[in-house]
Amino acid sequence: MVANPTNDKIRVGVFVCDCGLNIAGAVDCAAVAEYAETLPDVMCVVRNKYTCADPGQNEIKNAIHQHQLTRVVVASCTPRQHEPTFRQCVREAGLNPYLLEMANLREHCSWVHPGEWDGATAKAKDLVASAVARARLLQPQEELTVPVTKRALVIGGGVAGIEAAIELGDAGHQVVLVEKQPSIGGIMAQLDKTFPTMDCSI
Amino acid sequence: MKIRKKARYVDPDLCNACEECVKVCPVVKPDEYQMGLSSRKAIYIPFPQAVPCSYILNMDDCLGNNPIACGKCAEVCDKQAINYDDEDEIITREIGSIIVAIGLDVYDPTEMDEYGYTRFENVITSMEFERLICAGGPTAGHFVRPSDQQRPKRIGFIQCVGSRNPKIGRPYCSNICCMNTIKDTLLLADHYPDMENVVFYQDIRSFGKSFEDMFQRSREAGTRYIRGLPGDVREDPNTRNLTVTVENTTKGKLEHHELDMLVLSVGVVPPKDLAKISGMLTLSKTSDGFFMESHPKLKPVDAPTRGVYFAGFCESPKDIKDSVCQAGAASSRSGALLNAGQIQIEAITSRIDETACKKCGLCAAVCPYGAIVWKKGEAAVVIEAACAGCGACGATCLFGAITMRHFTDDQLMAQVRATLGENPQDKVFCFACNWCSYAGGDMAGISRMKYPTTNRVVRTMCSARVSEEMVLEAFRCGAPIVLVSGCHYADCHYINANRQTVKRVQNLWNKLEKAGVRPERLQLEWISAAEGQKFAKVMYQLEEMRQAVTMEEIEHARQALKPKPKKAAKKKAEAAVAS
Repeated sequence: MVANPTNDKIRVGVFVCDCGLNIAGAVDCAAVAEYAETLPDVMCVVRNKYTCADPGQNEIKNAIHQHQLTRVVVASCTPRQHEPTFRQCVREAGLNPYLLEMANLREHCSWVHPGEWDGATAKAKDLVASAVARARLLQPQEELTVPVTKRALVIGGGVAGIEAAIELGDAGHQVVLVEKQPSIGGIMAQLDKTFPTMDCSI
Repeated sequence: MKIRKKARYVDPDLCNACEECVKVCPVVKPDEYQMGLSSRKAIYIPFPQAVPCSYILNMDDCLGNNPIACGKCAEVCDKQAINYDDEDEIITREIGSIIVAIGLDVYDPTEMDEYGYTRFENVITSMEFERLICAGGPTAGHFVRPSDQQRPKRIGFIQCVGSRNPKIGRPYCSNICCMNTIKDTLLLADHYPDMENVVFYQDIRSFGKSFEDMFQRSREAGTRYIRGLPGDVREDPNTRNLTVTVENTTKGKLEHHELDMLVLSVGVVPPKDLAKISGMLTLSKTSDGFFMESHPKLKPVDAPTRGVYFAGFCESPKDIKDSVCQAGAASSRSGALLNAGQIQIEAITSRIDETACKKCGLCAAVCPYGAIVWKKGEAAVVIEAACAGCGACGATCLFGAITMRHFTDDQLMAQVRATLGENPQDKVFCFACNWCSYAGGDMAGISRMKYPTTNRVVRTMCSARVSEEMVLEAFRCGAPIVLVSGCHYADCHYINANRQTVKRVQNLWNKLEKAGVRPERLQLEWISAAEGQKFAKVMYQLEEMRQAVTMEEIEHARQALKPKPKKAAKKKAEAAVAS
């Protein structure tokens, strides 16, 4: 485990995103924010209209400084979309990017529970509670950098594979093109004329 | 990367394509390039413009690589380019990035018997049409119909054969067939102005640049477009002409069209090698069977596996221009990685505490990447650069010696407890893997598929990360139903880590049964990233199950699954007392 200077003081900031009406249209974001304040080690809760936009990110950065936050929970969309965004954001504010956690209030909640105000809000609260519980135990991590072999493999020698191989080659990279048939050309080579130019395929 | 270079039996450096070998070869086989409409020899050049431009000997067709059996081609080859003893060669190359461009297969219309492709000679596919109209084809570009080698006067085209047809499991649009048919009608109008062309369609999709213009030109050239897909095709046994019955949906009338020849505008299907490549590179498919990209809008050429990119048809049906565009994008993405010369690995890798390791080697046995080195009598060691971060090892270790960074036992247990803190009886507790099931949940969200609000999902990188203790803890916290969900069995993002998931869930089922807890309360589901619909459906089913779980059952599970005092803890306690 990497030594963590912030280990002894866990200070969590929770940022609840409305995502316009994407989340706020189906979830009581004010109630979620209020609830988040009651969770252990939560030092500040901020509601944003769009957390991923610059003003939203700036609020995170400011709060990190103002409240000396050591953990950040963004309750917005799926981490599969914006985790890189918010990791970069907390990094810029001086926090290790692995001290960020997200609660998925959009894809996993508001978008699938429209018109279920109470149920969706209760669920959103649990998602935030879960994220805060996890965030309190997060540790800073260092990423390993490994070299990349400067050679590309292109699988398939049809029009797409040939084009990709030529472009990579033109850019000065070594390319290995593999094709299972005796000749490259793919299905395009079997066509007579091609649209919209009406010229030969080969 | 190991690449098998197949034996050609003809040395391309020596072969000067003189064709003497072909003249003496006694074997005659259907020519694949000409869609079987003409023949080739066992030694042949695939097509005149082939690259490499060299002959090849097909050993499956050859009478024998034993010169006693035949050997005629080798006898006449002045260059001595033919080598019957040629062997496949295994080439090993280190590779930094991969572009997958494995293309497509053309739909085989045999199953759509109503169009009579296998019964009537004058019903052909659009691929066969290409060869018949091509100057390099079997008829040197003289368009004739197969039954009598005469030039047809009336040709029909049927669109959407194998496309937009859920009945045969092919609900998607193949993208290229409308424009291909429009092109074919223009070629016919150009070659044979007196020919009557009719196209049966459900929608003409001519949305690309200058496509609508081509469609209009085809109509101006006299091609009739009839909105309606034929229900029946019959052949006159004497004339071999075809009668097509179709409901003209514009006129609302049933029509019969007598034609000399019928072209089935066949769709495209994912290539049959897709599953093999998918397994090798741990890729996923969308519901139509083509490869799934990292993000439909923002990462359309990236595979979920870093360093792998898609180009062309294998990602989704597209025409030549789009294939070329995507190939450019893929090479650009790949080139950026190669130029950077290094890659950062997400710090989600496992670490082993040497002092806690009991040297059992279980972790090394379950690692799909061989990233854990273990020798009998020694503590296991993780090779970080090889670890992909599934966490199967962490869930398998019985001694808590493995820390799965960023997805530690403590973190996940804390999530279980926090989620089920209040009113657990009202919740369906789910573990979902990042790559498939959690993404399937995202897909349900993106597609706005409603499901009950009772589910609570905790994300792990792989379903194999979910340990027995985590599941048991959920029951101890009062969960009525627990779901463990992951990638489909053969499509695990971590090669085959989810085999460990299955083993673990089966063990848990046994444990639950022994403890008098209904094993059905623990569910296992495979949900892919594309299966938003399935995710929603599973949530409905689980909610139904939840409602059938009584408070008594929940309370019983809480008590029956209480952790037994650990021996180690006991010993520690004893030692503390002794001192």
